[in-house]
Amino acid sequence: MVDYLLLLVGTVLVNNFVLVKFLGLCPFMGVSSRTETAIGMSFATTFVMTIASLLSYLVNNYILAPLGLDYLMTMAFILVIAVVVQFTEMVVHKTSANLYRTLGIFLPLITTNCAVLGVALLNIYQQHNFFESIIYGFGAALGFSLVLIMFSAMREKLASADVPMPFKGPAIALITAGLMSLAFMGFTGLIKLQ
Amino acid sequence: MGSILARIKQGRWWKFHGGIHPPEQKFLTMHKPIRNLPLPKVLVLPLKQHIGQKGDIQVNVGDNVLKGQPLTNSPHPMAVPIHAPTSGIITEIKNTLVAHPSGLSELCIFIKPDEKEEWVARHICQDYKQLSAQEILTKITNAGIAGMGGAGFPTNVKINTKVATKFLIINAAECEPYITADDLLMREHSSEIVDGIKILNKVLSAEQILIAIEDNKPEAIKALKKVTGSLDNFHVCVIPTIYPTGGEKQLITRLTGLEVPQGGLPSALGIVVQNVATCFAVADAVINDIPLIRRVVTVTGKALEKPQNVWALLGTPIKHLLTQCGYQKQSPEHLIMGGPMMGFSLPSIDISITKTSNCILAPSTKEIPKDNNEVDCIRCGQCADVCPSQLLPQELQWFAKAKDHDQLQKFNLFDCIECGACAYVCPSQIPLVHYYRIAKAEIRQQQQQDLKAEKAKARFEARKQRLAQEKIKREEKHRKAAEARKAAMNSNTAQAKDAKSAVAAALARAKAKKAQASDDNNDKKSQVSAAIARAKAKKQAKDGIATNKTTTAKTSDRLTKEKNADDQEVLDSITSSNTETTKPNTKKQNSNDNNNETATKEKVLTKAEKIALAVAKAKAKKAAENSSTHHTDSNLNSIDNDINNQNNTDDINAKKQRIAVAVAKAKAKKQQQSTESKNNQSKESS
Amino acid sequence: MSILIAILVLGGMCLFFGALLGYAAVKFKVEGDPLVEQLDALLPQTQCGQCGYPGCKPYAQAIANGEAINKCAPGGEDTIKKIANLMGVDVQPLDESHAQDNTPKVAFIIEEDCIGCTKCIQACPVDAIIGAAKQMHTIIADECTGCDLCVAPCPVDCIKMIPIAQTTHNWQWDLNRINVKTIDADDYSNKQSNNVKTNTTEEVNV
Repeated sequence: MVDYLLLLVGTVLVNNFVLVKFLGLCPFMGVSSRTETAIGMSFATTFVMTIASLLSYLVNNYILAPLGLDYLMTMAFILVIAVVVQFTEMVVHKTSANLYRTLGIFLPLITTNCAVLGVALLNIYQQHNFFESIIYGFGAALGFSLVLIMFSAMREKLASADVPMPFKGPAIALITAGLMSLAFMGFTGLIKLQ
Repeated sequence: MGSILARIKQGRWWKFHGGIHPPEQKFLTMHKPIRNLPLPKVLVLPLKQHIGQKGDIQVNVGDNVLKGQPLTNSPHPMAVPIHAPTSGIITEIKNTLVAHPSGLSELCIFIKPDEKEEWVARHICQDYKQLSAQEILTKITNAGIAGMGGAGFPTNVKINTKVATKFLIINAAECEPYITADDLLMREHSSEIVDGIKILNKVLSAEQILIAIEDNKPEAIKALKKVTGSLDNFHVCVIPTIYPTGGEKQLITRLTGLEVPQGGLPSALGIVVQNVATCFAVADAVINDIPLIRRVVTVTGKALEKPQNVWALLGTPIKHLLTQCGYQKQSPEHLIMGGPMMGFSLPSIDISITKTSNCILAPSTKEIPKDNNEVDCIRCGQCADVCPSQLLPQELQWFAKAKDHDQLQKFNLFDCIECGACAYVCPSQIPLVHYYRIAKAEIRQQQQQDLKAEKAKARFEARKQRLAQEKIKREEKHRKAAEARKAAMNSNTAQAKDAKSAVAAALARAKAKKAQASDDNNDKKSQVSAAIARAKAKKQAKDGIATNKTTTAKTSDRLTKEKNADDQEVLDSITSSNTETTKPNTKKQNSNDNNNETATKEKVLTKAEKIALAVAKAKAKKAAENSSTHHTDSNLNSIDNDINNQNNTDDINAKKQRIAVAVAKAKAKKQQQSTESKNNQSKESS
Repeated sequence: MSILIAILVLGGMCLFFGALLGYAAVKFKVEGDPLVEQLDALLPQTQCGQCGYPGCKPYAQAIANGEAINKCAPGGEDTIKKIANLMGVDVQPLDESHAQDNTPKVAFIIEEDCIGCTKCIQACPVDAIIGAAKQMHTIIADECTGCDLCVAPCPVDCIKMIPIAQTTHNWQWDLNRINVKTIDADDYSNKQSNNVKTNTTEEVNV
């Protein structure tokens, strides 16, 4: 049980996907201009990542591995992720037309979000079991959501602040992201294993 | 309630967040008595001196009015009347500059005092304790009393609450650094003020009366304690001096620890707050039947030789007050109405005193520099420390600058009382309050626009629905009528036969009439044929352009002719409606020469001619824009004709002329449209 | 052989997931479009038709179907910004051909010139003109949206658009003109020098 908790905290803070592993930077920069959108994106990504890591574990362990088709892993995972994203898109469209519109192109782009594929592949490489896979996927998504929402809140403030002319727009956003990344480096060594 | 009272008795006050101690400048005026001023040469009374509606004017220019006579009247509860401050003659009623930061004009009544000070008949009340609450309310309403602390909310509305009142708070805090008007009033008229409070309390029947006064007014405190000493539910609350204690919500928190909910009124908590000067005015109105015609104004600032509190009649021009107090003109001139914290710069010195103006501040250039040294925010956060409404002024400032209205409302901009504490402490000298004021005004306007859009949408939808219904009804009617006819025709009765023959007869009649008309009316016929010819010519012209460019010259020739005919028609209509036409003359003109043109222009033009000329010019312009040069030529011809014709007519009936102009306009417009559409067509076809 | 297995496995997965998505597509089918209502609420409801559509609602419908968002002249930049926000697209400058100065205006009938033709009444989208045939017409200024539509049909050009006058009611604070300053801390008498603190550290509970 403690292992699971450690895995979760470790994935969210210490090995944060965005700020430490630098995965999923595209939506991190793309949908962080408004907090509302960022929250919506966080939910969608959390859903996709958790389900995708679950499914990819199943696909790998019960279909690919027994048949010795490990070399098809990437392809199969992308297929799984694409399906989950498509499914999510339908659900989002049905439940919140507004969110659907504001997420726009970034919703289908979750498919190509390297964090999602990253989670699926890392699960295999780190030889997580079924539950660990789910927790790893969920933790990664949680970490992604955390920094995305924090970052969007900062960007909202920055939008109306008197930023010097050369730093306006993406420049100051990238600097902010860099500073956040530095801050997250501080979590290294948070958990000490006996 | 009990614990609140206990604390009040012990002098233990709650605190409100923030607040500042601006350097006090009350010593300029606080040691001098209130001075009476000589009458000014003219009094300018804005119709609206409070929050709400303005009343209807009851007097006319040239009327003699007596002192205290009501000048406006309205049944609307939010419209308080104004009264003549002295006897005199109404010289003007017009729009002029009013005491408003915008420097915009509003309707004002100008009174020239006759120096007699003749009163209107008054009913002095011997014993106000006999009056019922309703009588008191009526008296206060008729006296035109509105809150004199600054906002100017009608007093009769404020005290007419349905909720049981626990506390009547009398606001004598007067926290603005320069103002001493209430201080002096309390020192000189404490018994009247207490009478006023008692009268108000007859209406409100509050359980406790708290007179809140800051500890920097020792003499006023002494005076009030003396007159209220024997009364058991009166409490003179001496509170520490901190700006802005005088804000309604802050004062309530200070005294009772209660907080007025967002968007709510103090009456929801069973609290009514009245300004001390209002109490004096109430006493004057109810006991002496003197309506609100004067007030104490602090005229202060270092640009004055003798700053002092004065009794100013409402409508007294500020210029008069300043001259009386020895104003030395500053450059740049800078006058503030209200205190330095919450007041506004006056756009002109000719503005008059209203019910809410408690202070005129004429600072020296050194005292309050006028230049704006705003620099960038350094995010020190001092503004948030001093904000009495616990807002985040810095955040608000960013959003106000970015015009992010949603965020502004999310950050409770409308809870800002515009006290100016944030701007006062700002080391970057950012005029924060002004950003908020602008943002508030914009948001309010946006809300109004949204309302209007909502209304427009409803009306649009209603119209659409109505049109659709009308259409259905019409169709239904037609169908029914057709059915009825059919039924009647087919029914083969005598009646039906009658009907048939009647129809036949009618048809015959119509035919005969038509034939007759065509015979009789040669003019009409010729016109019709002319029109047909014109249409043909146009068609040809169009074809010509489309098929072959070499024929253009030819077609434009035709067009010219046709145009001439057109113009002739317009002319005819004008001339025929004016007087006998001079057709030979016109025709001669048509052949055109330039001498004629100049000759006509030299002639003196009557008004009618001018109109005709304008019409002709407009026509020419339109023609020039839309058609070839040939057209313009012909039009110029017609202008000459017009003018010539006008010159020939000596006596012109104005109405006929107007009709003619209208017709001419209509024709010109039609012509323009037809040429346009023709051009478009030819463009398309080519 | 292994290639065949691989193809079969992938094909099977594709089929399965395809069927799943197909089912989901039926199950989560979206009916109607709440967007039109939201867009309509953002438009200024002048019903002026300058966007090329007969009213604000049809234009909202058109935007939802992919029409350009920058055609609303009366709404101006503000409206475009709001629509862009809602649609999640970039703000575009107002379309040149639809540009106009959008100071609020109301129509005004020059009553001496009016011939009572009722043409403007038929043109008014919000029924803001009253009058009857051969009677002089007039405009209810409060209801007029300033859409301009009555100007063109008038045969005698007696309708003009006048800007709404500024009064103390609709006046907006002007930062440049108004400049009330707080008093300067250097310039006060020594008497109160112990009062300079600018916070609430004073004793409250005596």
